[in-house]
Amino acid sequence: MATTPLPTRRPAPAHVRPAPASSSNGNKRNGSNDAGNNRSAVRRRRPGFRREQLSGWGMMAPAALLLLAFIFIPAALGFGLAFTNARLISPRPVEFVGADNFVRLFTDPTFYRALLNVAYFAVIVVPVQSGLALLMALLINKKFRGVNFFRTVYFLPVVTSMVVVSLLWLFMYRKEGLINEVLSAISFGLINGPDWLADPNTAMPAIIILSIWQAAGFHMIIWLAGLQSISGELYEAAQLDGTSRWQQFRFVTWPGLFHTRSLVLVTITIQALGLFDQISVMTQGGPMDSTTTIIYEAVQSGYRQQETSYASAISLVFFVLVLIVSAVQRHLTREKD
Amino acid sequence: MKNQLLLKNAGTMLVRLLFAVVAVFPILFMLVSSLKPDQQIFGDMSSLAAFLPVGNISLDNYAAVFDRVPAARFLMNSIGVSAVTVILGIFVNSLCAFALSRMQVRGKRIVFMAILATLIVPFQTLALPLVWWVNQLPYFELNGFSLEFSRGWLDTYQVQIIPFIANAFSIYLFHQYFESIPKELDEAARIDGAGWFKIYRKVVMPLSGPATATVAILTFLPAWNSYLWPLMVVQSEELRPVMIGIQYFFQLNVSWGEVMAYASLITVPVVVLFIAFQRSFINSIASSGVKG
Amino acid sequence: MNTKFTKILATSIAAAALTATLAGCGKGSASSSNEGSGEIALWTHNAGNPEELAAVQKIVDSYNGSQDKVKIKIQAFPQESYNDSIVSAAAAGKLPCIVDIDGPNVPNWAWAGYLKPLELSTDLSTHLPSTVAEYDGKPYAVGYYDVALAMMARPSDLKAAGVRTATVEQPWTEEEFQDALTKLKALGKWEYPLDMGTAGTGEWLPYAYSPFLQSFGGDLINRDGFQSADGVLNGDKAVSWANWFRGLADQGFMAKKGGKDSTQDFLNNQSAILYTGSWAADKAKAALGDDLVVMPTVDLGEGPKIGGASWQWGVTSGCQNSEAAMDYLSYSLKPENVAAVAKATGTIPASNEAAALIPAFAEGGANRIFMDFSREYAVMRPETPAYPFIATEYGNAVQDILNGADPKSTLDKAVKAIDANIKSNGGYKK
Repeated sequence: MATTPLPTRRPAPAHVRPAPASSSNGNKRNGSNDAGNNRSAVRRRRPGFRREQLSGWGMMAPAALLLLAFIFIPAALGFGLAFTNARLISPRPVEFVGADNFVRLFTDPTFYRALLNVAYFAVIVVPVQSGLALLMALLINKKFRGVNFFRTVYFLPVVTSMVVVSLLWLFMYRKEGLINEVLSAISFGLINGPDWLADPNTAMPAIIILSIWQAAGFHMIIWLAGLQSISGELYEAAQLDGTSRWQQFRFVTWPGLFHTRSLVLVTITIQALGLFDQISVMTQGGPMDSTTTIIYEAVQSGYRQQETSYASAISLVFFVLVLIVSAVQRHLTREKD
Repeated sequence: MKNQLLLKNAGTMLVRLLFAVVAVFPILFMLVSSLKPDQQIFGDMSSLAAFLPVGNISLDNYAAVFDRVPAARFLMNSIGVSAVTVILGIFVNSLCAFALSRMQVRGKRIVFMAILATLIVPFQTLALPLVWWVNQLPYFELNGFSLEFSRGWLDTYQVQIIPFIANAFSIYLFHQYFESIPKELDEAARIDGAGWFKIYRKVVMPLSGPATATVAILTFLPAWNSYLWPLMVVQSEELRPVMIGIQYFFQLNVSWGEVMAYASLITVPVVVLFIAFQRSFINSIASSGVKG
Repeated sequence: MNTKFTKILATSIAAAALTATLAGCGKGSASSSNEGSGEIALWTHNAGNPEELAAVQKIVDSYNGSQDKVKIKIQAFPQESYNDSIVSAAAAGKLPCIVDIDGPNVPNWAWAGYLKPLELSTDLSTHLPSTVAEYDGKPYAVGYYDVALAMMARPSDLKAAGVRTATVEQPWTEEEFQDALTKLKALGKWEYPLDMGTAGTGEWLPYAYSPFLQSFGGDLINRDGFQSADGVLNGDKAVSWANWFRGLADQGFMAKKGGKDSTQDFLNNQSAILYTGSWAADKAKAALGDDLVVMPTVDLGEGPKIGGASWQWGVTSGCQNSEAAMDYLSYSLKPENVAAVAKATGTIPASNEAAALIPAFAEGGANRIFMDFSREYAVMRPETPAYPFIATEYGNAVQDILNGADPKSTLDKAVKAIDANIKSNGGYKK
């Protein structure tokens, strides 16, 4: 087999995509026919069928079993707990309490505040962060002297742990901290910055800025991978046509990033809805619940307040919410293209 | 025309530099502060001196860090745990993605949907049931020549590794990438009599350098930064990862210089690794993506 | 390219082998109490605190040397996350024999059945009352030390502002405190003359601020039966406390959220009066020398109050060899051991005998004043299993009130949550 000449590396996806699509369609048709025919016919037509099933399941098995063991089972356990009165540590027997935890949750104003905060965070972070990340990716897409330097520097915040980053920004957001000093300097003393994290109006914006700063580099990498997979020939052709930079972006880059776009959108959204680390280190949900989030509330109830079942109820509601958001997103992105 | 282009390029460079400054200044603050005594960190806060290694500069904080935390041991633990997670993660997830992308396996659609569904479960919500659950799992160890069985994974290395090997996002990335590799290649190989694993091993994976590199980076970072989980499941000091070490500094009197020194100490290896890795990462993209 | 992939495969196989090896030697020994080998595990909160850890290690070493039946083995955790670590270990049933617990959480642990009542050969009656945690009339944990809250200032600043130094005989009253802050603020040296550590989180909030509430005459819960907080945490007195506390921020005397390290800020002359614990005294003394005065906290009606109880030791109910564990605890409570730990941590030794061994805490010593604070003012945080819940609710209420929430409705909300929690736990009765 080693003698089989491997074709040149990976051809440009633009040329390639139709081919696998048609071949997989063809196979699918075969598959449905197989299901209709009797088994011996199948075997005659596709001798590798049985083997393909076995190898296929064998190859999926490790990942599938691990996900089953470490996500599905604990998730099911957690969802079960949501309908009980289980505590983290307690001598009392665990009892089934029906929807009690959910009734409590839906009458808790803090929960609605948490929902609102997460929505606020996501609505700003998703477009701004993906936009900035794309801009950064475009800035370092082409080869120039020092490109590796910039790529590394832009990625630096991502490799710094969120716990460390939060501690650093805690320093900088103080009333007489770096951020305010810089603001004052560039405005010639006109702007007297607030005590960012202590003011209910500025705490969430402060968290948003820090979060974008930390995570934009991550999505820059995804964008960059997408940009790199767009064929250089397309740009050359566009240049021959004498197009402007903007036109190149609009008609070559943007359509070429179709798959990358949905990937970036999904990952930023999930990351935004699960906001937790920054809150836990920097504000603990305050001031006045202005930065509390659903996950923060769940962790707070589950550990500090030992109300395991209530925390599980919050998690379950969160799970359903994310499911709805992703479904809506899928629907919207599908419709457009 | 030429001048205009030059101006444009200079402008682009300026924007690049601006982004670079914004990206780097908190990290610079951390590195610089790690060299200063506490009093001075706070004193310098309101001026440019916060970013400059000026005043009373020394490595005292680093010396103090090693007195307070078994930093070398923690680094070794994190390197080991992250490396194993990354390597097994690449193998397990790419194998699964291969079957999903290139083989006609019955029920794979449902499996893929189920895998993608796990993307939306944040780890924090699973942590508590998971602690209980991993403590029920069987465990074996080689004691001399006899294999001993016991129960419970708490306080081990594997509890920090195995739950994080399979990852829906990694599977998704591999899947997307595999889709862009022409399936004619498989068919050609099959005609030559290659089995599926051989096609995976000799045809598809060798073409998937960029996806592998991306998955490696994306698996490494959370493994290195994991904090909540080891806090809950690792009790022995000799098994703790680096992030737990940060907590060692928050005593009644916090020494911020030491915090900064430790934070630098655990960040720098990742940066170095990324720089080393980035070359092959970028190269593999360049050679496979741009060509063609 | 093929060789490259073969390499990757080889590496993964090597990695799998490595995992197996790691697993083989990677089982920690933190919670194993091998009765056969006579090893007893002990968990403590002082990882990262070399002084305290060394002091405890010394006691353990001397105990291990004093007999050959059992060996105590220490496992140290960082304090910030100690509670999270130990609670999840408890939930998983993996506790060691001897544990270190923050005093106010002891009743919760005892109620949950994780602790055994102590049977020690030591006479605990001479110890500071706040170093012995009782539940249901039985002692469940005992500490080597306590800490005390105090106000620190520079005498030079007080003199410049014309403010009297507060003393144990004559603490500041509410009016005097108001007057002192007004005068200090007028000096114009500080944006906020007072630093109460308002950036603190977690247990600091109830520890530091519930004493003010108690000095006003309110409390965290009605201590008669510990069944409800109604009328106590949201009564008139509690509302006056809330108004007073928020007033300090509204009048610009203190920041709603101070710096992360209030001691350092004080030493950098960012504040005139620092409200903090005795642990900061040595650092402040070293930096300021004679220009430092330690004063009692403010008398807001019922006399100055401070929170009692710090870290304490207990024996878990799952311990197979509790006799030996109790024996170790008794041994460790010898005055010279208690003194060694207190000295290493700069805390208040639990007994007079131990205090006599530390010059700073002996009669007339520089830190003796903290011992007086502890004896005179200490109020235990409510000794009920509901405490961890009450603490978080109160902490949230404090932060909300500081940030401008309506005091009465905020306290009502906390009371409602606390009462509901107690009820849903069947009153936390056995």
